[in-house]
Amino acid sequence: MTEPPAELLAPRRRFQVLRRLARHRSFRIGFVIVVLLTLAAIFAPLITSFDPTAMRARIRFRPPQAAYWFGTDNFGRDVFTRCLYGARLSLSIGLGVALLSGLVGTIAGIVSAQYRRLDAVIMRLMDGLMAFPAIILAIGLAAAMGPNIGSLIVALSVAYIPRTARIVRASALVVRELEFVDAARVSGASSLRIIWKHLLPNCMGPLLVQLTFDFAYAILAEAALSFLGIGPPPPAPSWGNIIAEGRDQAVESWWIMFFPGLAISLATLGMNLLGDGLRDVLDPRLKVET
Amino acid sequence: MKLLRRLAYRLGQAVPVILVVAVLAFFLMHLLPGDPAVIIAGTEAGPEAVERIRHQLGLDRSIPEQLIVWLWHLAQGDFGTSIIHNESVLSALADRMPVTLSLTLVSFAITIPVGILFGVAAAKFRNTWIDSAVMFLALVGVSVPGFWIAILSVILFSVTLGWLPASGYVPLSQGVLPWLLALLQPAAMLALFQIGFLARMARSATLDVLDQDYIRTARAKGVSEWQTIAKHAFRNTLIPVVTATGIILSLLMGGSVVIEQVFALPGVGRLIVQAILTRDYPMVQGTLLALAFMFVAINLMVDIVYTWVDPRVRYD
Repeated sequence: MTEPPAELLAPRRRFQVLRRLARHRSFRIGFVIVVLLTLAAIFAPLITSFDPTAMRARIRFRPPQAAYWFGTDNFGRDVFTRCLYGARLSLSIGLGVALLSGLVGTIAGIVSAQYRRLDAVIMRLMDGLMAFPAIILAIGLAAAMGPNIGSLIVALSVAYIPRTARIVRASALVVRELEFVDAARVSGASSLRIIWKHLLPNCMGPLLVQLTFDFAYAILAEAALSFLGIGPPPPAPSWGNIIAEGRDQAVESWWIMFFPGLAISLATLGMNLLGDGLRDVLDPRLKVET
Repeated sequence: MKLLRRLAYRLGQAVPVILVVAVLAFFLMHLLPGDPAVIIAGTEAGPEAVERIRHQLGLDRSIPEQLIVWLWHLAQGDFGTSIIHNESVLSALADRMPVTLSLTLVSFAITIPVGILFGVAAAKFRNTWIDSAVMFLALVGVSVPGFWIAILSVILFSVTLGWLPASGYVPLSQGVLPWLLALLQPAAMLALFQIGFLARMARSATLDVLDQDYIRTARAKGVSEWQTIAKHAFRNTLIPVVTATGIILSLLMGGSVVIEQVFALPGVGRLIVQAILTRDYPMVQGTLLALAFMFVAINLMVDIVYTWVDPRVRYD
């Protein structure tokens, strides 16, 4: 409990951080889930021999069986294949949102911590964005920018930027009061150098934790937006739009919407477990277990 | 007196946020690809018709001018008018808001006791199977897509078992029971995510409190374990929980957009989605803005309740 944040430890002890992560049970489970899903997405063409968009009228609505593990949909497309390829799109969207909101949020957070005059302006803007529930803001933005993957990533990122910015700002504000930063300042280090060498590295822990949760939210939000008809356009499968397309046959052909939902749950669960582990190890101030 | 001062202070803080929100909503509409006037007029319309609509919408003025007009109208309580139904945004909202509020309130009423109970139980029985089970359920709750589990629930409880209606809304004026029955399933599904969130928060808050000296004192005095938890620990657990209610209400309202779609409830969420699908831009803009205003108000209220629950909170 009383240990300093991992980022403030000497380099030798960083190995200990990795060791502690490797020993953390939920981190291990989450890590395995996320790695397996990522591998499945990358090697999708090797795992299945079907085409995710090829329609075959003769095998419509087949329930799960040996040839079609997750059954087939209303166009005779293999649901297992579509889930595998859907992982590519859904995970890419999650990654894109985590990276974009992380990048912009970090810049906004660091700038408002370091340049106090901009602080009020940036933070009021963030408050304004936070006033909309995240999913509603994303719906509005995605609708305004048109249904494509790029606008979806931008819309979701904008919705999550304020949280990231606040977290980075809060950590940076703590760090910039520490003595070694004062020492750097009096020895003539420029603002940019202080940001790059001292503030940024010391915000990495909480930032990384937040980004794993953003990744998880983004996967859920992609699914919700697809369900509302403003997700990535068909026929390219994402987990969200497979469910959306299978919804009308949910009662008779439950397998079309059941398996992609399971995939979403698994991916989100994996990211959440990963995030919990990272938080316990990197940010012990927030640790809840004893 | 202190409460009034704090209220005034927070109101002062809310003003710039409201302004930023209004400007953001304005630019949201200007982000649209293409010319709204052309889209509204339709492909058949001639140039004069497009010009007339452009003038009606005020789109022929400069952007700063439009922004000022927009803010001026807002200040007078005019959130805009639908271009599809010729209905003002506020009257459409007034029609739909009772449904969304009902859904949110029932869901909130499920979330709070269940979430707190789960969290406190997990903390009390820390590191036992109860703790693990609760935390696992909480994790599943925040990981499962709400609309997906809702559809599965409809298949089970409405289609197969026939216990609950699959869709539709019954106004409160037709009786409390039918109203509750119509909302029970959507509200429970909507609550799942929030219960997980709240349970984890309540657990860590309770764990913190249980470590305190006064809890040990209470136990040492011979106060029964149940009383220690209920009287001494629980009240202090409430403080972070109250902070979380703002976030929970925000999540509930956001989630209701999707859940209303699953259960065909004619609420604000469906209003927004229909407006988006029919390209009714003023409606989208107006409803988003009205919702954001509601949030600023909710957060203000949460903040006031917070002061009341925790007298230590001060404003400097």
